[in-house]
Amino acid sequence: MIDLSGVHKAFGANRVLRGVDLSLPKGQSMVIIGGSGTGKSVLLKCVLGLVVPDQGRITVDGQDVTTGDRDAFLARFGMLFQGAALFDSMRVWENVAFRLLRGPGRLPKDQAREIAVEKLRRVGLKPQVADLYPAELSGGMQKRVGLARAIAANPEIIFFDEPTTGLDPIMSGVINTLIRDIVVEMGVTAMTITHDMTSVRAIADRVAMLHDGMIRWTGPVAEMDQAADPYLQQFIHGRADGPIESVR
Amino acid sequence: MSRFLASLGRPVLAVLAAFGRVTLFAAETLRHLFTPPFYLREFGQALLQIGWFSLPMVAMTAFFTGGALALQIYSGGSRFNAEAVVPQIVAIGMARELGPVLGGLMVAARVASSIAAEIGTMKVTEQIDALTTLSTNPMKYLTLPRVLAATLAVPVLVAVGDSIGIAGGWLVGTAKLDFNSATYLANTRDFLEAWDVGSGLVKGAVFGFIVALMGCYFGMNSGRGAQGVGAATKSAVVSASVLILAANYLLTAVFFTS
Repeated sequence: MIDLSGVHKAFGANRVLRGVDLSLPKGQSMVIIGGSGTGKSVLLKCVLGLVVPDQGRITVDGQDVTTGDRDAFLARFGMLFQGAALFDSMRVWENVAFRLLRGPGRLPKDQAREIAVEKLRRVGLKPQVADLYPAELSGGMQKRVGLARAIAANPEIIFFDEPTTGLDPIMSGVINTLIRDIVVEMGVTAMTITHDMTSVRAIADRVAMLHDGMIRWTGPVAEMDQAADPYLQQFIHGRADGPIESVR
Repeated sequence: MSRFLASLGRPVLAVLAAFGRVTLFAAETLRHLFTPPFYLREFGQALLQIGWFSLPMVAMTAFFTGGALALQIYSGGSRFNAEAVVPQIVAIGMARELGPVLGGLMVAARVASSIAAEIGTMKVTEQIDALTTLSTNPMKYLTLPRVLAATLAVPVLVAVGDSIGIAGGWLVGTAKLDFNSATYLANTRDFLEAWDVGSGLVKGAVFGFIVALMGCYFGMNSGRGAQGVGAATKSAVVSASVLILAANYLLTAVFFTS
């Protein structure tokens, strides 16, 4: 269970998060939606400790994320970054096996490579891809490699940051299906941030809308279309008119 | 009046704050020297990149500098009949000053820029965040190997540069200035003291530390986008160069002022 209560974060005068309260039950897939620049990525990075909140408390299974063994805490997570964030200087398999090759529980190179190739296969990539460098891959393939890296060490919690941004609709569909399948198959807790409504419907058990630095609406994905909140309705239907101000 | 004083004080405070941040960054880097894990592969790669691949550039710089120095000393020395001191002055000048300073500046141009651009790009493409989520400390994985490699590699580059610079002076001295080869070499050997070379190597280590530290510091604190990485690269080279010259003065004052 991931719990956020009263989380605030400002960058100078820009108050990005203004008291976020959110709960994500274990084994569920939550998608956080909201306009660009509303602090979705910052929220996710606060949970991982990449950004330190100014106020508020974040706990994972009751443990405050700022206390305890940091390596053990991070070992529970996998993350797919928006641009995949693959290490350019390493081959694809070394990227996937990065965690397996380092740290206290590191594996022999051959075994780590075997697992990496298996994870690549799981995300639909052939073993030949393992020896390529990230720059030799298309955007969609890089996302898949990022996904393979996120699941390589069998994490309990996976975060997906804009998993379909920059991909064509077919590749977006492939990535959405992969994410959903992997989340169900591994039984992980997942938190995804996106403004792609197709992704929301494909991935989410629950949806939360972040607006103006706070959670505007949260509930099961099945109830999203019937919700009365005008902000949510404007966002999910992509209307220019409504309570959310848009620059035209 | 108070506005005038404030306008004077603001940049001073900004410089002091920047100095403080760099000092904390250096302390954080060095702290990782004593705690495992140690990334030997990254250290080896950094050693190769910073040391081996800088060698041709440092060698060429030293060779031409040694040759030019011989010509200058001969020409200047002839004004008071001191042409014969060319071998000694070339050797001392290369070992104490020109070898370490020019070597350090050339490495700053090549290495500080490359480190800042590499780490800056990693930052803007979230690779640094990815390292953290993969339970790998970026300071330990990226900064420490580079700083350590540069601190060890630059003195070696300086030693090679000193030798090549002296060889450049010898070549010009014997081929153009009519020095006897054996006499030139004997004068170089007899007048060059161990501390002349040793002080240059110590300077090289300090300059190497500065170069890699500046590259890593500005890379880690790079702004967003291509402009941010470009600015970080420029700041790394400028800061490293200025700090090398300042450190050179301080070290020279400490080593050679009795």
